[in-house]
Amino acid sequence: MGNYVVKRVLSAAVTLFLVATITFFLMNMVPGGPFLAEKAPSKATLAALEAKYGLDKPLGEQYISYLQGAIKGDFGPSIKQRGRTVSQIITSKFPVSAKLGGISILIAVCVGVPLGAIAALNRGKTTDNVIRLISTCGIAVPSFVVSTVLMYILSVKLGLLPTYGLTTAKHYIMPVAALAFYPTAYICRLMRSSMLDVLGQDFMRTARAKGLSQMMSLFKHALRNAILPVVTYLGPLLAYTLTGSFVVEKIFTIPGLGSEFISSITNRDYPMIMGTTIFLAALIITMNVVVDIVYKIVDPRIKLK
Amino acid sequence: MDENKKKNPLSFQLNVDDFLPAEDSEKQSLVVMRESVSFWKDGLRRLAKNKIAMVSLVVVILIMIGAFFVPGIYPYGYEEQIRGSENVAPMQYSAEEQARIAAGEKVFPHFLGTDSLGRDVTVRLLMGSRVSLLVGLVASGIILLIGSIYGAVAGYVGGWADMIMMRLVDIIYTVPDILIIILLSVTLKFPLKSLAELPGFGWINTVGIGLVCIFIVFALLYWVGMARIVRSQILTLKEQEYVTAARALGANGGHIIRKHLLTNCIGTLIVTTTLQIPSAIFTESFLSFIGLGVAAPMPSLGSLASQAIGGLESYPHRLLAPAIMISLIILSFNLLGDGLRDAFDPKLKN
Repeated sequence: MGNYVVKRVLSAAVTLFLVATITFFLMNMVPGGPFLAEKAPSKATLAALEAKYGLDKPLGEQYISYLQGAIKGDFGPSIKQRGRTVSQIITSKFPVSAKLGGISILIAVCVGVPLGAIAALNRGKTTDNVIRLISTCGIAVPSFVVSTVLMYILSVKLGLLPTYGLTTAKHYIMPVAALAFYPTAYICRLMRSSMLDVLGQDFMRTARAKGLSQMMSLFKHALRNAILPVVTYLGPLLAYTLTGSFVVEKIFTIPGLGSEFISSITNRDYPMIMGTTIFLAALIITMNVVVDIVYKIVDPRIKLK
Repeated sequence: MDENKKKNPLSFQLNVDDFLPAEDSEKQSLVVMRESVSFWKDGLRRLAKNKIAMVSLVVVILIMIGAFFVPGIYPYGYEEQIRGSENVAPMQYSAEEQARIAAGEKVFPHFLGTDSLGRDVTVRLLMGSRVSLLVGLVASGIILLIGSIYGAVAGYVGGWADMIMMRLVDIIYTVPDILIIILLSVTLKFPLKSLAELPGFGWINTVGIGLVCIFIVFALLYWVGMARIVRSQILTLKEQEYVTAARALGANGGHIIRKHLLTNCIGTLIVTTTLQIPSAIFTESFLSFIGLGVAAPMPSLGSLASQAIGGLESYPHRLLAPAIMISLIILSFNLLGDGLRDAFDPKLKN
């Protein structure tokens, strides 16, 4: 077990290092540098600016000092938001996104798992067909479509919910629904197929044969085994929720990290893009490792290599 | 005389007629094997039985015709700004056009109205679908090419080469794809722009820098899933006797991979490629929606939806049309892929 953990953590570190390196050199590929606005600054101003941000040093040196800073959580100052560092922006905006994403993931799991299980138990009946139809459509609809259609129906037409901001519980309904839509459908499909798999296993018949009630055999044997694929999906789900929040936050004008990232792209705020990318990548990669390790602990049948 | 012989049961004289060669019709009755069915026939027959897959196939073909042929014969161009016909509602005519109709001219209706610049929404929707389909098809083609070759070589060669190649795949697999895609689309535009000015690279401008950028991004990141699937198939296939036989006959590795191994996992290749199309379209629409996809004035379904948000209150159809279109495309490709999987590669199920 210890070996496995070490191996996974090391490979995650390599991946993260790779992401940071790719990010750094891609950003430096862009000609003109970050100060090339519509109104080009004078040569002297440019030189002063470059000296201030350390951009006059050779690329290798910049790279090393950037990495050293990044390890300590210092991504340098934001170029477009004067006087604020990238780390400050991330720490102030991330909690908003994390809250939104966390609620969405919770809802996706709490709705998707029971729906999938119900569909599997009623295989071939109307309930199953309806759930399957909805979930198949669910994975075909991008989150921006869900967000905008919800917004049109609930806010513009019916005037029930506010269209922007994130101040009251009412504000959360639409963004969370938009963000949770796809993962709910996906988890539902995953749960249905794995539940069908488990229900056909011999040990289910044995459980019933030895006198266990239907409910007991379902909860003690079927659900516990069938939920494993959902656990493995949690890592990618986090990545999806984080990137999905780019769009959802933009549409509902939520002051989170996602909308900050999008606006840093349109503003060409390179330190901000780099910092956010590395921060989110670290988060996703760490979560993937954690989920992998948890999965091996939960399912003792899986051999550790 | 003859009749006499037959009537005597103890006679040893045999009837010569019984020893004539059997006719074809007689042989037929003894055949217990059914006619051998080729891989394609078998798969297509199963596919034809699947109603959902057939409906999706028809929808896909219809959308393709609409996206690739209709804009060519459509009376309005996707960039064409019709003066005086800004913000026309669906199936309505602007004042100028009504005057022309009154004068006896025939004016082609705007089925979905026009946008704020006086461009016909229908033809823009069709062009947007063309971009989405193009991205889906070309990106999947690139992924198929890179992924299958890489996976096949890794699986066939094995040993150290396989280990190093698959470590690389593992690393790319864990890289958060959307983040890198966004990063690449931000940064690739500049080098591509300068590359397009070099002689021999003019085609980049014809295709569009945004599109080329998306293709490169997909080619760099998304082949790893395909490579993994192909490799695992090749690992079992290469132990088969016919591969040993081919090697004994002196065939080299490239020949075996091309003629024996890849042809034998064609089912997997088809299914994986088909299911790759909707995911590529999904990502492209996401990129266009956040403003990183194809460049204006070329429409994409994502950018059409993004532009429509501002006028949601007055012109909801401008948002609903691309939204429905994109969901329909992704849904039908998903269902078609599922159908193909059941037909050509039942093992892949679950």
